[in-house]
Amino acid sequence: MTALVTFKDVHKSYGTLPVLKGVSLTVPEGRVVALIGRSGSGKSTALRCINGLETIQSGTLEVCGRKLHEANCDLRHLRMEVGIVFQSYNLFPHLTVEQNVTLAPRLTGKASQAEAHEIARKVLEQVGLAEKAKAYPEQLSGGQQQRVAIARSLAMQPRVILFDEVTSALDPELTAEVLKTIEQLAQSGMTMVLVTHEMSFARRVADEIIFMHQGVVWETGDGSMFDNPQTPELRQFVGSGL
Amino acid sequence: MSYQFDFSFLYDYWPDLLAGMRLTIGLSVLSILFGFIFGSACAIARVHGGKTLRTIVGCYVDLVRNTPLVVQAFWLFFGMASMGLKIGAFWAAIITLVINVGAYTTEIIRAGLESIPRGQKEAADCLALRRWQVILYIELPQAVERVYPALVSQFILMMLATSIMSQISVEELTGAAYGIQSMTFRGFEVYVVVAVIYLVLSWLTRTMFEVIARIAFTRRRLRTPL
Repeated sequence: MTALVTFKDVHKSYGTLPVLKGVSLTVPEGRVVALIGRSGSGKSTALRCINGLETIQSGTLEVCGRKLHEANCDLRHLRMEVGIVFQSYNLFPHLTVEQNVTLAPRLTGKASQAEAHEIARKVLEQVGLAEKAKAYPEQLSGGQQQRVAIARSLAMQPRVILFDEVTSALDPELTAEVLKTIEQLAQSGMTMVLVTHEMSFARRVADEIIFMHQGVVWETGDGSMFDNPQTPELRQFVGSGL
Repeated sequence: MSYQFDFSFLYDYWPDLLAGMRLTIGLSVLSILFGFIFGSACAIARVHGGKTLRTIVGCYVDLVRNTPLVVQAFWLFFGMASMGLKIGAFWAAIITLVINVGAYTTEIIRAGLESIPRGQKEAADCLALRRWQVILYIELPQAVERVYPALVSQFILMMLATSIMSQISVEELTGAAYGIQSMTFRGFEVYVVVAVIYLVLSWLTRTMFEVIARIAFTRRRLRTPL
């Protein structure tokens, strides 16, 4: 199984504040990896490094065969293969749902107008919003907007999709519909990295769970690690959620 | 006061007023169109350009916004002529107006560009769009939509400011009116009529921009039924 994402001893700081202090982890193709941990543990920063939104200062980071630690790394081509979904959706408010989804495939030359239209139909169906193609983002609920954001990411046919706390702005009901969409994606074999606070979801969907603490990978395991934490920090983190 | 109001003489001068009105509309349309394009380019340069470019645009904006329009027109028309560079009155007027409205437009659109949430650019970057694509497809349309009312006000001011071009012998509406007034000595009637014409032109301009908004900013239709 090839690794799509490989961190090796990655360091990153904001000014004098160290955020990642030697992170090493891999994401194999076709797997779902969940990053969990307290706020400030570096999980979101690690995620944002994967598609070059943050730059690393030392160590090596390889994503889809591209070396992000090298200065001349072509971020644009990397981002054709790595999708991301944000906590705040970041849909383009002046474009319809369909235009949001087709914009990038058209502009990057991945698809013609007709092909993009077909892609949009397909991915919107996938997230269950085919009937909203002509709507504008502001006409949709938060959960629907987030699903459009997932569709927008899917339209680029990425090899891996990153999810940055995508349900943190949603109420439980809307959270459920977004998680269902992500779960279906997982079943289809999409490689995904999720930063999430939904522990039961991580447990159910993720093949591997990575608990980050103070800027390093503290503990790794599958869903059973919650029942049997090896470190006091994870035990406390799991305990605080109950 | 024994003044006898008489508007009937204006029938004879109506062709002059009409010609002036046409010139006013021509000046307005050209200067607004090119001023908008020029101002948008300058705003993008001011927000995204390098330090040198930002400084140059900043100086241009400050220079134009802190000097009177009539002085700018005189400088371009008489000043350039005295240097040996003769520009026809009409084109001197167009250039002056474009430079002038361009500076104000720059500032308005810059404010719009800066008000766009960072997440928009980030999302567009993450979709592998090129820098110019992000500006053209994501930032500029949203910026213009956000500052549209301010832009329209500025363009109406611009339309009214074309009257200043009578000072460099452009026979637009105000220039034509002055001609009629100096032949008939009926300044009151002439300028009442001219004021009404400007009022109608302003109203037409505003209506036109509302129509443009309805076509360009589709999602507004959702909020405000026609």
